[in-house]
Amino acid sequence: MALDEYSKREFTVVGTRPVRQDGIDKVTGRAQYGADFSLPGMLHAVALRSPHAHARIKSIDTSAALALPGVKAIVTSADFATNHDVQSVQDHCLARDKAMYDGHAVAAVAATSAAVARKALKLIKVDYEILPHVTDIETSMKPGAPIVQEGRRGRKVPAHYSDNATGFCEFGHGDIEAGFAKADLIVERTFKTSSTHQGYVEPHACLASVGNDGRADLWCCTQGHFQVRNLCSKMLNMDQSALRVTASEIGGGFGGKTTVFIEPVALLLSQKTGRPVKMVMTRDEVFKASGPTVASMTDVKIGMTKDGRITAGYAHIRYEGGAWPSDTIYPGAQCAFASYDLEAVKSQGVNFLTNRPLQAAYRAPGSPQSTYAVESVVDELCQILGLDPIDARLKNAAKKGTKSSYGPTYDEIGLIPLLEAAKAHPHYSAPLGPNQGRGISNGFWFNFGGETAVSLAIDFDGSVTLVEGNPDIGGSRAAMSMMAAEELGIPYEKVRTIVADTASLGHNEVTHGSRVTFAVGLATIKAARAAKVEMCRRAAMVWGIPAEAVEWENGAARAMGHNAGEHEPMTIEQIGANSSKTGGPIVGHHETMAEGAGVSFGVHICDLHVDPETGYTTVLRYTVLQDAGKAIHPDYVEGQMQGGAVQGIGWALNEEYIYGKDGRLQNAGFLDYRIPVASDLPKIDTVILEIPNPGHPYGVRGVGETGIVPPLAAISNAVSHAIGVRMSELPMSPQRILHAIHSKG
Amino acid sequence: MVTVTIWGSLRDATDGAAEVEVNASTFIEVLNALKANYPGLTAQIDRGVSMSIDGLIYKDSWFTPVRPDSEVVLMPLMVGG
Repeated sequence: MALDEYSKREFTVVGTRPVRQDGIDKVTGRAQYGADFSLPGMLHAVALRSPHAHARIKSIDTSAALALPGVKAIVTSADFATNHDVQSVQDHCLARDKAMYDGHAVAAVAATSAAVARKALKLIKVDYEILPHVTDIETSMKPGAPIVQEGRRGRKVPAHYSDNATGFCEFGHGDIEAGFAKADLIVERTFKTSSTHQGYVEPHACLASVGNDGRADLWCCTQGHFQVRNLCSKMLNMDQSALRVTASEIGGGFGGKTTVFIEPVALLLSQKTGRPVKMVMTRDEVFKASGPTVASMTDVKIGMTKDGRITAGYAHIRYEGGAWPSDTIYPGAQCAFASYDLEAVKSQGVNFLTNRPLQAAYRAPGSPQSTYAVESVVDELCQILGLDPIDARLKNAAKKGTKSSYGPTYDEIGLIPLLEAAKAHPHYSAPLGPNQGRGISNGFWFNFGGETAVSLAIDFDGSVTLVEGNPDIGGSRAAMSMMAAEELGIPYEKVRTIVADTASLGHNEVTHGSRVTFAVGLATIKAARAAKVEMCRRAAMVWGIPAEAVEWENGAARAMGHNAGEHEPMTIEQIGANSSKTGGPIVGHHETMAEGAGVSFGVHICDLHVDPETGYTTVLRYTVLQDAGKAIHPDYVEGQMQGGAVQGIGWALNEEYIYGKDGRLQNAGFLDYRIPVASDLPKIDTVILEIPNPGHPYGVRGVGETGIVPPLAAISNAVSHAIGVRMSELPMSPQRILHAIHSKG
Repeated sequence: MVTVTIWGSLRDATDGAAEVEVNASTFIEVLNALKANYPGLTAQIDRGVSMSIDGLIYKDSWFTPVRPDSEVVLMPLMVGG
């Protein structure tokens, strides 16, 4: 059996709930976030942003701004190197020949103060030719719609769509028409969701410093500083090794910080001025110019027999991902029916361009929108046929051996145990009051691994320094310390995990795809095992016995076997203290392209009350059930599950990007774009199931994303039951719910 | 020979076939054989794909073994949040 395969074991550290190692720093203000970095001689940069949704840039005159005392440099897209690999990302950072959306950066100023830089913005003259714009998906898809980018039409998109359609995909198997013919009931509906922002509290912020020798340092708030280095070095035509990127602490990302927005601009300005340049987005800029998720419009058709067997499923999914092509439609189409064991299924996806910022990933990108549509129709079928919605899902649930709707056959998965646990949970049988409804939904996400490198040093006193390369976005330092401590047989407190810069480790994939606890954990365990092998070898040398006669147990090397002789165990402290005399530093390390991340499912139950006079919804009770494989630090797992549910509640009830007829964003701030706060929410109950992932030594599955997949349908189904009208558009604002109540007569 | 499942919207490059057979024993050999036998797949493969081998999803692991009886499914390149 390979070392990275799961084997059942008893844990002493893993599964406990120790104090987080970064907690004191974060509550005392010692932790450094993106805007906290400063350097002597630092300049401040701000961006000039387009006030138009779509406009050709005929000219940019910076002469008056450059003449303003304190202004040191101005950059435009012309200052970037040409690199087609990253053209879309680069054009999003600074507009090339057209401003593509309201808030698109067209130039940036570095000055001795932010006030001077802002004053200079008013002196830059941009000659715009205003073009027709389109900001909503329904208009964008119609023939005759304003075309956002010429020549981007996808080769395979259906003919009846406009040239804003950039890509088409299709997944599935079986004969869906034959499947529909077997159904006793077919329900077909169209569902819409709005763009929502990831809503991270910390705005994008960075500090760039380019030296006279061309070598640069960048400190920034990101989910993946190695990816930042890749993108920025291409845009500035630098060797990757010439740019060292250090990730700050991160005040939320949720997928929105997996790319770059201001970082290459700050580097350009620093390169031009020879001085450090700091750039921090305002909240308005975060909303207008950093990626929200896609908006969607999905047609779903599902057939079911009277006893609840799904005979066929079809989804035609349309996403708008902003002004550049987006691939989020792929996971959207793949995930739509992934929870079901179906003989006939087809899901199609089409992406459309609009004059909005380029969409960015948001937790399980693409899956919540399509799952919302499918799970709503499944709920409606159950309602019409008088079936229990969990029993019907159990009848159709994917399991080991199921050919998934996106192709592969599942190995061990936890959906059926989750549904059974949901059915048995007291929440599911609790009575409901007047104007209250209960909704449930499944959800699925792939999870994955990727490039990972870690280094684990045994220090002179036997404590351990673990170096990893992924920003700690959800408790990874604690989780890695726990896995290292578990493997070495030492207390958790003896391990310190730090996040290294890009010059200190091999490439680490971005913190996304729910990969870190799985992949970095796998590498940590292997690094610890490598260190144990070396420590056993050192002990064997001291004892004068073969290394094979020494084993590691409970934090010490122990002589084992008939011919090993009698030796007191040699502790990690003793081995560390003697390391200089026995061969030098002891370091275990592991580099891998981690594969084998197990897929993840979740089931959510939501109870809510709708005020029939105002349409206002109050979430009364919410339970999340999710398969974690193995919960390393259950607090963090529960936090991920609760966080996903809360973001889903906001998405379902309140959150949406609202554009005016002029194509400008009307609610670019937390007062008008309302995310849920604690007083809006009940306690989110959690149930962790542990169905081990066969591809990880401790059985870990990623847990970061699945939690946001089921809420949209769970809440929509609950509202539909509470008001007696099937809802089909998000967010379900009081106004929209009132309209639905009044429309039923 | 290895049987590879092709996702729906790529099947115009395989004359409509949902499954094709290629002579390959690793991840990269599967991709190279697909490109050689079905040139219409080249653009998508070069743009980036993942591959499910016996139920596990691989992103770019060229030398991952593929057995004749393996279940191999071509998939879009995975991204996450």
